[in-house]
Amino acid sequence: MSALEFRQVSYRYPSENFDIIDRLSFQVEPGSFHCIIGVSGCGKSTIFRMTNGLLQPKGGDILVDGQPVGGRKRYCGYMPQKDLLFPWRTVGENVALPLEIAGGLSKVQRRQKAQAALADVGLEGCWDKMPHELSGGMRQRAAFARTMLTGSDLLLLDEPFSALDFLTRISMQEWLLDQWGRHKKTILFITHDVEEAVFLSSSVLVVESTPICSLTEIPVPAPFPRDRSCLKMPEMVDLKERLIALLRKQVRP
Amino acid sequence: MKRACKGNLPALIFLLVLVMVWQAGAMGMNASYILPTPLEILQRMWELRGPLFTVHLPATMAVTAIGLAISLVLGLALAVVMDASDMVRRMLYPVVVVSQTIPTTAIAPLFVLWFGYGIWSKVLVTVLITFFPITITVYDGLRSAKTEMAELLQTYGATRREIFWKIKAPCALPYFFSAIKMAVPMSIIGAAIGEWLGAQSGLGYFSRRMMTQLDGAGVFAPIVILSVTAMVAVGIVALLERKFVRWRGES
Repeated sequence: MSALEFRQVSYRYPSENFDIIDRLSFQVEPGSFHCIIGVSGCGKSTIFRMTNGLLQPKGGDILVDGQPVGGRKRYCGYMPQKDLLFPWRTVGENVALPLEIAGGLSKVQRRQKAQAALADVGLEGCWDKMPHELSGGMRQRAAFARTMLTGSDLLLLDEPFSALDFLTRISMQEWLLDQWGRHKKTILFITHDVEEAVFLSSSVLVVESTPICSLTEIPVPAPFPRDRSCLKMPEMVDLKERLIALLRKQVRP
Repeated sequence: MKRACKGNLPALIFLLVLVMVWQAGAMGMNASYILPTPLEILQRMWELRGPLFTVHLPATMAVTAIGLAISLVLGLALAVVMDASDMVRRMLYPVVVVSQTIPTTAIAPLFVLWFGYGIWSKVLVTVLITFFPITITVYDGLRSAKTEMAELLQTYGATRREIFWKIKAPCALPYFFSAIKMAVPMSIIGAAIGEWLGAQSGLGYFSRRMMTQLDGAGVFAPIVILSVTAMVAVGIVALLERKFVRWRGES
């Protein structure tokens, strides 16, 4: 059974006269790490927004763990581009938000779980800090801890590191792979950074054209666990060049 | 506190100089029925302390408090329904704006005709003056909540009510305090205008009565009390704000 499956899914924005997602089908097996890569504005975020229920597809079925998503709640954890930590809440209160919404836990239990999640992302002792006191990388880790607390096995990460500086970004990538290795979640990760996609994923899903009618799956020839030295392997360099060539065709300067 | 005093020092010195110029000018003019000196005003305030502080100040404060309370309930309710429903917003927003084009002082005598010399005609003037800034400011505060944040909570399975309390309300809180800080002095002015136009008690009424007696210092004394009260009230709101608002604007 797939962790996520699209069957002939279409979507059209009300202001446009064509389907930006056109009868798209693909599936993702449980426990995998896929990056969806495509040029800006190609509609890759639309795929996420339909999966998490913020947009309703015009046609087709979306299944998570074999069940249609319509009417279901809390089946996926969504982490948008901006960390969106609420500036009026402490870091701890922010991380506990999904638990608060889900209900069913006492305040003490929520605090324990959120403390554990904070410690897990290396932010122990930041409970009472306000978000603006954290650095960009720490904020993203707090946002990731919050996403983990949705309790879902499917995580949708939409360019979470794109606003970080280069050095922070590469250490966050290594950190994310480590988290994935330990928690065994299914991760879908949107990016437009080819190197990021190649380094992170077990296979890359390429958006080759807009409207999106298919995702081209290209496996990454490097074993896990990885470190950055694998990026120097000749087959990885080839893959990167191939991806860049594929994407450049779509960019009109 | 010390730093606040230091920050206001230039203003205090300037004010003191103004008062001294006033004192000297008024003494030179020697016509205290039109222009009393600051010292005469203070002296008169002391002489009239009985009626001023036990009868007229409480009357004005009652009008202010009731008017402000009604404005708050009305303003918050209007802001929330305008934010919740686009239909309601398009229906009410223009009407709320138009209500502000009514010259309150001109229409207030009518209120006295309709509601008599009692407290309610003054309360109506106060409400008419203060509900507008509260409605519009709180509405803007509710609007300032980011849709992305609401969407994030939606993916966690939050209901509309949860989104309101966890995002909209905290976003609107700093705006709410700004609205109160605007509304408090306006409500005191509103009450005084109402009393000036027709009342049996209150500082506005008292000031007018002294005017008919050509008692210049007696006209000014209640006015000084009104503005000191407004300053104290705004100060209290500012203290509350510092306690409740941990965050203002974008971080």
